[in-house]
Amino acid sequence: MSEHEYVPKSKAGKWFNDRLPLLTLGAHLTDYPTPKNLNYWWTFGGILTFCLITQIVTGIVLAMHYVAHADLAFASVEHIMRDVNYGWLIRYIHSNGASMFFLAVYIHIFRSLFYGSYKSPREVIWIIGLMIYLLMMAAAFMGYVLPWGQMSFWGATVITNLFSAIPLVGDSITTWLWGAYSVDNPTLNRFFSLHYLIPFLILGLVVLHIWALHVPGNNNPVGIDIKKPSKDTVPFHPYITIKDAFALLVFMIIFAGFVFFTPNVLGHSDNYIPANPLVTPAHIVPEWYLLPFYAILRSVPDKLGGVILMFGAIFILFVLPWLDTSKVRSAVFRPIYRQFYWIFVLDVLMLGYVGAMPAEGIYLVLARVGTIYYFAHFIIVMPVVGLLEKTDPIPMSISEPVLTGGAEPSLARKVNDKV
Amino acid sequence: MIKFNLKLIVLSFLLLFSLRPIQSAEMVDPIKVDWSFKGLTGTFDRASLQRGFQVYKEVCASCHSMQYLSYRNLGEPGGPEFSEQEVKAIAASFEIEDGPDSQGEMFTRPGKPSDKFKSPYPNVQAATAANGGAYPPDMSVLVKARKGGANYIYSVLVGYEDPPPGVTLDDGVYYNKYMAGNKIKMPNNLMDGLVEYADGTESTVDQMAKDVTTFLAWAAEPELEERHRTGVKVIIYLILLTTLVYLSMKKIWSRVDTEV
Repeated sequence: MSEHEYVPKSKAGKWFNDRLPLLTLGAHLTDYPTPKNLNYWWTFGGILTFCLITQIVTGIVLAMHYVAHADLAFASVEHIMRDVNYGWLIRYIHSNGASMFFLAVYIHIFRSLFYGSYKSPREVIWIIGLMIYLLMMAAAFMGYVLPWGQMSFWGATVITNLFSAIPLVGDSITTWLWGAYSVDNPTLNRFFSLHYLIPFLILGLVVLHIWALHVPGNNNPVGIDIKKPSKDTVPFHPYITIKDAFALLVFMIIFAGFVFFTPNVLGHSDNYIPANPLVTPAHIVPEWYLLPFYAILRSVPDKLGGVILMFGAIFILFVLPWLDTSKVRSAVFRPIYRQFYWIFVLDVLMLGYVGAMPAEGIYLVLARVGTIYYFAHFIIVMPVVGLLEKTDPIPMSISEPVLTGGAEPSLARKVNDKV
Repeated sequence: MIKFNLKLIVLSFLLLFSLRPIQSAEMVDPIKVDWSFKGLTGTFDRASLQRGFQVYKEVCASCHSMQYLSYRNLGEPGGPEFSEQEVKAIAASFEIEDGPDSQGEMFTRPGKPSDKFKSPYPNVQAATAANGGAYPPDMSVLVKARKGGANYIYSVLVGYEDPPPGVTLDDGVYYNKYMAGNKIKMPNNLMDGLVEYADGTESTVDQMAKDVTTFLAWAAEPELEERHRTGVKVIIYLILLTTLVYLSMKKIWSRVDTEV
C-alpha cells in the first residue's frame, strides 16, 4: 500500500474526506504501485469486473420482462427475443456473457496456479476468489434453469438430485430444495430469487478480493516480493488502466463475435424445446464450464462417492496454499512443476471434453484416469515436487539480472531490500 | 517451452476429437445447403420467405402451431416484408377467438395484425391426440431447437425413403434418412406441384423444402439481419477503438523501460 498521506486540494474535498475518506481511497487506487512486469494474463481481473457488471446490468433489464412461472417462463423469454426493443441483444449478451465470464475466470485461476499467486501472503485473496467462483457456478446453474427449456429442467433435476445422495436426510433435503416433490414451479421461483441475489454477493466478495489484494499487492510473473513503490513498480493509473483497457477491448471483440454471429453455439439446442417432465433428453449435459466436474461426478460408479469427489474437486483448491510446499512462487523458475502444470491443464481440458460425451466405453475410462490424476496433482504432485525440486535461480528484483548460483528467495528478498 | 506445450495441447485435442465418430456412427449428417442467411453478412431471401410462408400456411399449419409469432411480424423489416395491406389481409383470413365481451361471452372475429398466429389445436393434448400420439412441435423456434438447424429441417423434409429391407414400420410411422432413429410420425407431405406459388416459381419438393426452411429460420431468429448488420458495425468500431487504445498504451508505456 502506498504510504503517503493524501490531502484533497479543495476545501470542500477536505471537509468531505475528513468525514468519509473516499478521495483517499480514490487516490490509493490511482497510485497503487503495481509491478511493471505484469503480462497480459494479469488483465483478466479487470475483464472479470467488466463481466460481472455486464451480467448485472443486462440481468436487471431481463428481469423487467421475464416471468418466473413454469407456464410462462419460456414464452416470456421468446417475448424478450421478439417484442422487447433490443431484447435479443440483451439476452444474447447475458447468455454469452456467462460463458465469457467463465472463460475469463478459468484463465484467471490458471494464471494464479502458474505463477503461485495463491501462496503466502495471498492465501486469503485466493480463498475469497474460490468463494466467488463457487457462487458463479451456482448463479450460472440457476440462470440456465430460468428459460425453462428441456436442458433447464433436466439439468436442474440432475443437479438437485445430487443432494439425495446424502445419507438419511438426502431425500428430505432434495424435497426442501425443490419446494415440491419434483423440479416444478416453486423450484423455478426460488432459483430466480437466488439468481438475482447471488451476483450482489459476488460483488461484495469482489470488493473483499480487491481489498485483500491491495494489502500485499500484486504477485508478478517473476513471483518475487518487490519493494513498493520502487523502480519495479508503476502507478496503477495510467499504466495498468490503459493496458487493462486494451486487453478488455480485445476480449470484447471476441465477446461481440459470439453475441452477433454465433449467439447459440455455446448453448444446447434442446433448451429451445419447452420443459417437458415426461420426455427425457437423450443426453443431459450441463453448460461447457461445468463439464470437468460433471465428468468427475459420472466417473464414480457410486452416487454419493461421485458427489463427494465432485465437490471435493473444488474444495481441495481451498487448501492448495498449504499443499504446495515450494518456496518459489512462479513456475517460471520451477522446471519440474512447470511440466506437471501443463499436464494438469491438459487433464482438466480432457475432463471437460469427456464430460460432454456419453459416460460409456473409452470416455468413462478417460474420465476415471482424468479424475484420479486431478486429485493426484494436488495431493501428491504439489507437496512432493515442492520438496524435491531444484528450482532455477531467481532474480533479485524485476529490474535486476538473475542472481546466479542459487534459488534462495529469502536471499533475493534481502538483497532486494537494500536496492 | 510454452510453444512446445501448446503443440502438446493441440495434438492431444486432435486425438480426442478423432474419437468422435465412434459415438455418432449411426447418424447421417444433414445435407449442407448454402443458405443466403449464413455467414457474417447473411440476409434472408425475401421472395423465398414469402413462398415459405405460403407453404407453411397451406401445408404445415394444419398440424403445427407457431404460437410466438404475430401476423404483424410478416410485415416487419428483416422478414418476408409483406405490405401492410397484405399483412392485414392475411390476418383477416383467420377467425380468432376473443373475449369475454361485456356479456361474459367469448366470440370470434377476423384476425388483426397484432394477433398471434392461430394454432391448429386448442392445446398440446388435442394436437397429440389428433396426430397418433405424436405432438407436432410448435415451429416458432424449431430451427434453433434442433442440432443442425436449418440444414437438419431441410434434410428431414426431403429425407423420406422406403425403409431398407429388414426394417418394419408400424402404421402411421414413416422412414426418414435424417430423422434421429430414422422413424418419424409426420408423413411426407410435400409433393411436386403441391402449392401454386404466386410468383410463378416451380413448386418442386426441393424448392418448397428450401422455402419453408428459410421461413422457419427467420421465424426462429427474426432479428438475424439486424444482428448481422449491427455486429459488423460493432466489431469495426471495437477494432478502431482497440487500435487507438493500443497506440495510447504504447505511448504511455514508452516512459518506462518495460515492453507491453
